Amino acid sequence: MSSTLIQVIAGGLLLGAVYALFSSGLTLIWGMMNVINFAHGDFVMLGMYVAFVVWVMMGGGPAAAVPIAALVLASVGIVCYFALIRHIMRGPMLAQILGTFGLALLLRYSALWYFGASFRTLPETLVGGTLLIGPIRIESARLLAGVVAILVTAGLHLILTRTALGSRMLAVAEDATAAELMGIRPERMQAVAWGLGAAATGIAGALIANFFYVAPTVGETLAIVAFVTVSLGGFGSVPGALVAGLLIGVIESVSAYAIGAIYKDIVVYILFVLALWLRPQGLMGKA
Amino acid sequence: MKWTAWIRLIGTAAFGLGLTSAACAQSSVKVGAIYPFSGVAPSIGAYAKAAIEVAVDIVNSDHPELGDLPLAKGTGLPGLGGAKLEVVFADNQGTPAAGQNQAVRLITEEKVVAINGAYQSGITLTASAAAERYGIPFLTGDSVAANLTERGFKWFFRTTPIATDFARIYLEFLKDMKAKGAKVDSIAIVHENTEYGTSVASVVSSVFKASGLNITQDIPYSANASDVQSQVLQLKDKKPDVLIFVSYTADAILYAKTMKSLDYKPPIVIADNAGFSDPSFVAAVGNIVQGVFNRSSWSVGAPGTTTYLVNEMYKKKSGVDLDDTTARIMQGFMVMVDAVNRAGSTEPAKIQAALRATDLKPNQLIMGFKGVKFDEKGQNILASALVIQLQTGVNYVPVWPKERATAEPILVYKGW
Repeated sequence: MSSTLIQVIAGGLLLGAVYALFSSGLTLIWGMMNVINFAHGDFVMLGMYVAFVVWVMMGGGPAAAVPIAALVLASVGIVCYFALIRHIMRGPMLAQILGTFGLALLLRYSALWYFGASFRTLPETLVGGTLLIGPIRIESARLLAGVVAILVTAGLHLILTRTALGSRMLAVAEDATAAELMGIRPERMQAVAWGLGAAATGIAGALIANFFYVAPTVGETLAIVAFVTVSLGGFGSVPGALVAGLLIGVIESVSAYAIGAIYKDIVVYILFVLALWLRPQGLMGKA
Repeated sequence: MKWTAWIRLIGTAAFGLGLTSAACAQSSVKVGAIYPFSGVAPSIGAYAKAAIEVAVDIVNSDHPELGDLPLAKGTGLPGLGGAKLEVVFADNQGTPAAGQNQAVRLITEEKVVAINGAYQSGITLTASAAAERYGIPFLTGDSVAANLTERGFKWFFRTTPIATDFARIYLEFLKDMKAKGAKVDSIAIVHENTEYGTSVASVVSSVFKASGLNITQDIPYSANASDVQSQVLQLKDKKPDVLIFVSYTADAILYAKTMKSLDYKPPIVIADNAGFSDPSFVAAVGNIVQGVFNRSSWSVGAPGTTTYLVNEMYKKKSGVDLDDTTARIMQGFMVMVDAVNRAGSTEPAKIQAALRATDLKPNQLIMGFKGVKFDEKGQNILASALVIQLQTGVNYVPVWPKERATAEPILVYKGW
């Protein structure tokens, strides 16, 4: 195997880990609450701006930006739940779609108003430079995002499967009325899910900002990949999002390198449709 | 108060309102401006808006200091009895469909007399088609795709130099650099795949090939891509002598960052304006694309000159200097407004005739064009440009042709 191809695959894996990272929050909300959050990409955007503000105001890198972004976004998530989601969940599916879509536009245009339309970047030096492993070059900022992606995935998975809180959340997802009869407050659990999902998204945004551009419209670019990753991985399956993210990243990179950049989406979406045709519940979702 | 009295009061108020709005309609002329305020290039929209607002200020208030610039002296549009100029901005959202809808909305609901826009060539294509259908003049100051003026449109005008002009400039520039010892045997074009990138790339390819320069690699990609590593690795494999980018802002930033992280430095990099000229691109990653060549028809000029003063006005509004793109946008808008004024009427056909009769001299322009004069296709035949380079820091300097250069071209791409 040529070293370039190894570089392509390594790049694809890191890209995929990032996809997985910003999809994990979505899969939690989408899979567990049955709400399609169209504002997800804009949550990522907010996380990126938190990192930007932390750097501008405190000169801080990811060590400061990541926890702050997680906290800020968790609050945003919980506020959004109580102010908007709780109400539109009582309405028809269309109300949910339009409601979260409206939220997306509100966040996007608020960012445009406050931060302006300019593209910004964090300094390259914030997270090391580039690691050299033989002929292979790995950007430290991407590696950090990839490692954190795996940690966040593992963490969310543990919370959902190994803690009482996770069991309560799953119970609410399964049957809210039954859960309520068992003494679980569905609203509280749902708010927690929104908080957790949004916090994961904030972490993703703060880390992606280290190697991507920051702009109010960046959510649009990232959101589609997140939706594809979640549905390929399986709704509500956090490990599924990781596997799907890595797969999509590698397939994208290799096909863009071997066939051409404009064909990579065709390859990805053909495989995506095929995979869902064979396994509509996604790779790791329950039927 | 009795209900009849209420009705009388409301009626009077409504009548009064009607009168004032009618009076307003007479003393102001509405034109439309369609630009990207969202999508992949929202920063351009914000700068375009600032540039157009400066142009409106130049028209509506008295600016005797601005020399021969049309409509700078005096207030309003003298051809229309001193009417004030009013602009209705519309967001093309970065999609051809939205651009077209906005054009229709501006024409049918806002009743604009002419439209300016729309930055992305692919959107100018659809928006101007709507204007053509309604018989409203559409002028673009910045969309360069060749085919825009090849459609046989009667209501479409373009002030900017176009792809064939740039292709020839790049060609002559590279030939000159070759004479100075640079290798230009293999050339790669990396371009975004909508109207702008595709058409500029194909024009550059055909002009280069006709003169015996080899395009050895052609890499189209989607401007809203989230990753460009594979494209950079493809380039790294083939090692072209010259790399040409035709890109918008978001993708240009990704290329700059990825080239650095994969340690790829081609000997000569030429970037075709657009993304690489966006002030927010230069501010964000200008320090890692040192030595990139670009094209421009804009130069700030010495303190006290008209261009310098206009730039000061713009800087006060936007916080940054005018660059080639925003200056071309402002210039296009000014040409359109000058025609509305000379038409002396809000009738579209009269404005169209005035546009056809446009004959502006270099001293009446802010751009370094040889003038503005439209051919039967609506293309400005006096448009021209020069090669600029990003040298030491974040300012482009004119480097070619020699008679207009302020610095020597540096031939090794430095990167970061």
